[in-house]
Amino acid sequence: MKNWFKSGAPWIWLTGGAVTLSVVMVAGLLGLIAVRGFSHFWPSDVAKIEITDPVSQERSVLLGEIVRSEGITAVTAREAGNTVPEGQEIVTRYLIKQGNRDQLGTDFVWRFEFGMSDFEYPAGVYVIERREWGNFYGFPKAIQIDGQTTTELTSGSSEQFHQQVQAAVAEAVATHHSIRKIERGDIGALNTQLERLRLQERQLDLDGVAGSERATIQADIDSQRAAIEADYLVLRNELDALYADMRRNTLVMEMVDGREASIRFADVVSIIMPNDMSALQKWGEYFHRVWGFLTDEPREANTEGGIFPAIFGTITMVFVMSIMVTPFGVLAAIYLREYAKQGTVTKIVRISVYNLAGVPSIVYGVFGLGFFIYFLGGNIDRIFYEAALPSPTFGTPGLFWASLTLALLTLPVVIVSTEEGLARIPSTIRQGSLALGATKSETLWRVVVPLATPGMMTGLILAIARAAGEVAPLMLVGVVKLAPTLPIDGEFPFIHLERKIMHLGFHIFDVGFQSPNVEAARPLVYATALTLVALIVILNLTAIAIRNHLREKYRSDSD
Amino acid sequence: MTESVASARGKANDSKLPSAELRAKRRRVRTLKDKISRIGITSAGYGVVFSLALIFIYLFYEVLPILKGASIEPQATFSLPGVTEQDPLAHLIMERYQELGVSFSAQGQVTFFNSKTGAVSKQEQVPVAEGLSTTTFAAGEAIGGLTAYGLSNGAVVFTKPHYELSFPNDQREITPRLSFPYGEAPIQVDPQGQPFTMLTIQESTRGRPQAFAVGLTVDQRLVAARIATRENLFTGAITTQVTRAELPEIPNTPTKMLVDKSFRNLFIADEAGNLHYLDLTDLNQARWVQSVDASPNDAITAMDFLVGSVSIIVGTEKGELSQWFLVRDEDNNYALERIRDFQPHNAAIRKIAPEYTRKGFVAVDDKGQVGLHYGTSSRTLLIEDAEQGPLHNVAMSPVDKAIFTLNNQQQVTYYSVWNEHPQLSLKALWSRVWYEGRSEPEYIWQSSSANDEFESKFSLMPLTVGTLKAAFFAMLFAMPLGIMAAIYTAYFMTPKLRGVVKPTIEIMEALPTVILGFLAGLWLAPFMESNLPAVFSLLLGLPLMMLLMAFAWKSMPSNVRNRVPAGWEAVLLIPIVVVFGYIAVVASPYIEVAFFDGSMRQWLTDNGITYDQRNALVVGVAMGFAVIPTIYSIAEDAVFNVPKHLTQGSLALGATPWQTMMGVVLPTASPGIFSALMIGFGRAVGETMIVLMATGNSPIVNFNIFEGMRTLSANIAVELPETAVGSSHFRILFLAALVLFTFTFILNTIAEVVRQRLRKRYSSL
Repeated sequence: MKNWFKSGAPWIWLTGGAVTLSVVMVAGLLGLIAVRGFSHFWPSDVAKIEITDPVSQERSVLLGEIVRSEGITAVTAREAGNTVPEGQEIVTRYLIKQGNRDQLGTDFVWRFEFGMSDFEYPAGVYVIERREWGNFYGFPKAIQIDGQTTTELTSGSSEQFHQQVQAAVAEAVATHHSIRKIERGDIGALNTQLERLRLQERQLDLDGVAGSERATIQADIDSQRAAIEADYLVLRNELDALYADMRRNTLVMEMVDGREASIRFADVVSIIMPNDMSALQKWGEYFHRVWGFLTDEPREANTEGGIFPAIFGTITMVFVMSIMVTPFGVLAAIYLREYAKQGTVTKIVRISVYNLAGVPSIVYGVFGLGFFIYFLGGNIDRIFYEAALPSPTFGTPGLFWASLTLALLTLPVVIVSTEEGLARIPSTIRQGSLALGATKSETLWRVVVPLATPGMMTGLILAIARAAGEVAPLMLVGVVKLAPTLPIDGEFPFIHLERKIMHLGFHIFDVGFQSPNVEAARPLVYATALTLVALIVILNLTAIAIRNHLREKYRSDSD
Repeated sequence: MTESVASARGKANDSKLPSAELRAKRRRVRTLKDKISRIGITSAGYGVVFSLALIFIYLFYEVLPILKGASIEPQATFSLPGVTEQDPLAHLIMERYQELGVSFSAQGQVTFFNSKTGAVSKQEQVPVAEGLSTTTFAAGEAIGGLTAYGLSNGAVVFTKPHYELSFPNDQREITPRLSFPYGEAPIQVDPQGQPFTMLTIQESTRGRPQAFAVGLTVDQRLVAARIATRENLFTGAITTQVTRAELPEIPNTPTKMLVDKSFRNLFIADEAGNLHYLDLTDLNQARWVQSVDASPNDAITAMDFLVGSVSIIVGTEKGELSQWFLVRDEDNNYALERIRDFQPHNAAIRKIAPEYTRKGFVAVDDKGQVGLHYGTSSRTLLIEDAEQGPLHNVAMSPVDKAIFTLNNQQQVTYYSVWNEHPQLSLKALWSRVWYEGRSEPEYIWQSSSANDEFESKFSLMPLTVGTLKAAFFAMLFAMPLGIMAAIYTAYFMTPKLRGVVKPTIEIMEALPTVILGFLAGLWLAPFMESNLPAVFSLLLGLPLMMLLMAFAWKSMPSNVRNRVPAGWEAVLLIPIVVVFGYIAVVASPYIEVAFFDGSMRQWLTDNGITYDQRNALVVGVAMGFAVIPTIYSIAEDAVFNVPKHLTQGSLALGATPWQTMMGVVLPTASPGIFSALMIGFGRAVGETMIVLMATGNSPIVNFNIFEGMRTLSANIAVELPETAVGSSHFRILFLAALVLFTFTFILNTIAEVVRQRLRKRYSSL
């Protein structure tokens, strides 16, 4: 035994344990995100639970999805103000999503196992996803139009009834889309035109245009404005008609406690009956939800709906950043490796540049806010956007500044990787090219740089991966909780660099920590985190793959 | 040579080569291209290096104004209008836009004049009834602007300058007038009708307007009156209600009096340089609480409140300036304490004028010096010889950007003032500061203000301690795991396994910290709270279980052992870790029931340990998780690159692998491991999202593992979007960024230099 310790074998096991623990933690973390994230989309069955209160012996009924359960000590439960029967040390409690927030007040409730009946999964339960107030769980009774019952659910006609409901939902969703299109698209365009006219007027004021010249321009502006306002009235009427039409049909539902509630089809996103679905249907619904999550816009303070603007914002920002960081990073690396005199100064510069990769990202954010936004942006506004002042155009956080800040942040990554790529090229190749009479620049651009592309690509992809996951600096320089418009759209000049954007990482922070209904938001946060992790892991793996591929490709050239 | 050139020239037509001119031209083009490329790349290189350097330069540039003191610049001099030798000046103030000055004469003549020229814009007389005269004057807190004249019948008239703003032709126009918030009729303060020789007043800013006056009558009685107004909702008529009381006598002749805004505390300076404190909480039973000698062998010549009427600044005959306020002791008794002293002037202080929205003041003295001082930071920003002769009065602009001084020839000088960041000093940032209303000097970070009277508390200490606390616990978790895992992977693990394990751990470095932060805050923190025993049993039990497994493995028959070659121990341990982890979590509630009366959290609280759900333990684990890949990756490289002949030599001499590790590999690789730790530490120090999400972000100064913290970086993320550009708070956040930048930069540089040395050493071994 003593010898065993002396040989050091136990310590080897202990160091091995450290590796095991690290790997298990990594796997556990990824597994946790994956399990929680993927399960967000599963249409789980709706359980009906009868609960007898241990004190008053009153019975109550709950209808909802079982979210999770946990065991806590009776003492903790009692501290929280619950009555726990004597003799129980550990009690199990379930978190139940009962929905119906508008009717019941809370959509998530904890209930103890004692006093609970067995879970039943009654057929015919509707799970209604609504635009407001979260999900609704209940049993359908009838469809009404203008308060008049048109169709009632009877045992014989259930199939037909469900089909009618689905048709009504489809129609309501379609109407909703056309309303959105008018509000966002057409009216939005009119507003942009109006704003342009206002700016034009202001510019005239600023330029001091007066007299007859001003009068003609002003008349033109006024006539344009009148035309826009006429257009607006038409759209407004159209909208009013749509709204009125949409608010007519309602669905009468019965909650599990016997109360009735009527739900306007206008507020419905979708209706499913999970307890009646087959596994195949569930999988269909599952993928439908995943697709919706990736392509829809968020609802209800980001706690429901999809994350499309966040994905789009992240990708746009990273794209703009790449355009800026690649040329400068590559040129700087070439300079440091090929042109700069390799003396002490270069060495210091190189170490400094490398070290900037380790500087906290929030520092870049501070710099971006102070220098880019307040200083550069403020001056740009003063010179080019005078008419729009005092509302800032570039003097406020936005896409361009966010991208620029991240470009600065990732510059060291690109430089380091490109330099590594350049360093790996044998000097014989350079000398060979020079010996054949090529100039330095020819050697560089025709021989060295192509060989170093794997390094550059790796650097760029690593930079993208870092930028996609960075949140702290973005909170200061351009990312917001909810952006009304996407940074790229059909309006001239198509890419709006001054607009604020949404970002996946910030979305996680915002929804997880600043939302009023954390329990409801939690699954969505996991799903968003999963998306972000997937994006970053894919980017990193791509970096590795490209590097290997290009290395293979150029190996034959350099050998 | 010459021949061949000649032949080339001669056979130009036969050669496939382009003509000489063309070749020369192409050469020129090529050279030009070469040059352009060189210039382009060089300038891009310089540009990038410069823009990276710009970060440091810019941060420094934003921080620099903090270090600057104050400066004053005389703009205009004119003789003070509205006063005569018979009717001298009682009070001098400046209006908010610094366009107007106001002089109150002793006999109630109020003159509004242009602050740059002295031209009178309006003159009004405070109404004094026939047969009465003004005997004394008093001014309340400058920001409220209430003033009062004591009349010869023991009554008081309150008045306040009022400015109406209008913008004809887009030009600001200020129309001043006197207003009488408590009515134009004098309010009888002394029931006996004696004239006052001295008066102090104050107006309460909370709730309905209320004024308070304390007067010293000619027969040396102190009388107090509280005046409340009520407006009739229907008629708009204002009725006033006056509560009067006589106060206890003090043993000496008063020279100055101040009553605070809560109407509870009265401070009186006497001829002998003593300060007396009277408690007026119960007006009818006012108590004389305390007397202190505020200026030994000296006399008090000026005294005024700082904004908020908590601190008193006392100026003396010898030019000393000190700050005092009431401090509460353990028994809830208040006593006046001398809090701090300012750089003294050379002569008797004549007048102290507080700033309107900050805890600063300007003082003038008998030798013509103007001094700008600041309470919280104990800073004297400027003492300048403004004039040869004595200065009698000084007025501060409500926005702290200008002052008036008055000399003995009744000449007013208007100075513009630059005094942007007086509340910051090394001492205010890094030492304990005695803030108003606190019982002792403390480190406090409290930057946001609810009102103008708020004393900003800019101590960076809580944030720095929070940063180090978070980094410390993160390193405590990451250091052993990272280094041990690196040692095992680099030295003991089979290459096949290493090829899988290393990238797996390294990919974690790319994992966005926002994800770690959200998991820590939303999953780990509640999990730990409800499974505290599991956390500790894992901490103690896991290493033990690993050793047990090692022993069990050793004791196994050799045919089992031989089935798994050395270097796979880590894989064998996976089930141990997973199963033990599972058991620990499942057993956790039972442990709580058995040992901690059912709730370990409650047990901790009962034993005097504060437990926050989002605490340093959570941060330590989450941030440790973020740091492990960094440490692991660099340390693993260092260990792996130790030249093989060293280890082989050691093994050949009979050392066991572990002995070789400890005796040969580790000493050689230790600089690399050191640099790994430096870089890891740098990352932990600057990490923002994890601490933002997994701590309560409360700026407290302690190292309790069960409490939260606020770090420099999280503080920047929280507060920077909400500060005013260019304010002191803004600059201080830039300073925090600069501190982070410099600190991590130095750490990384050390690490990098060490690493490069190591690389050189390896190549020479």
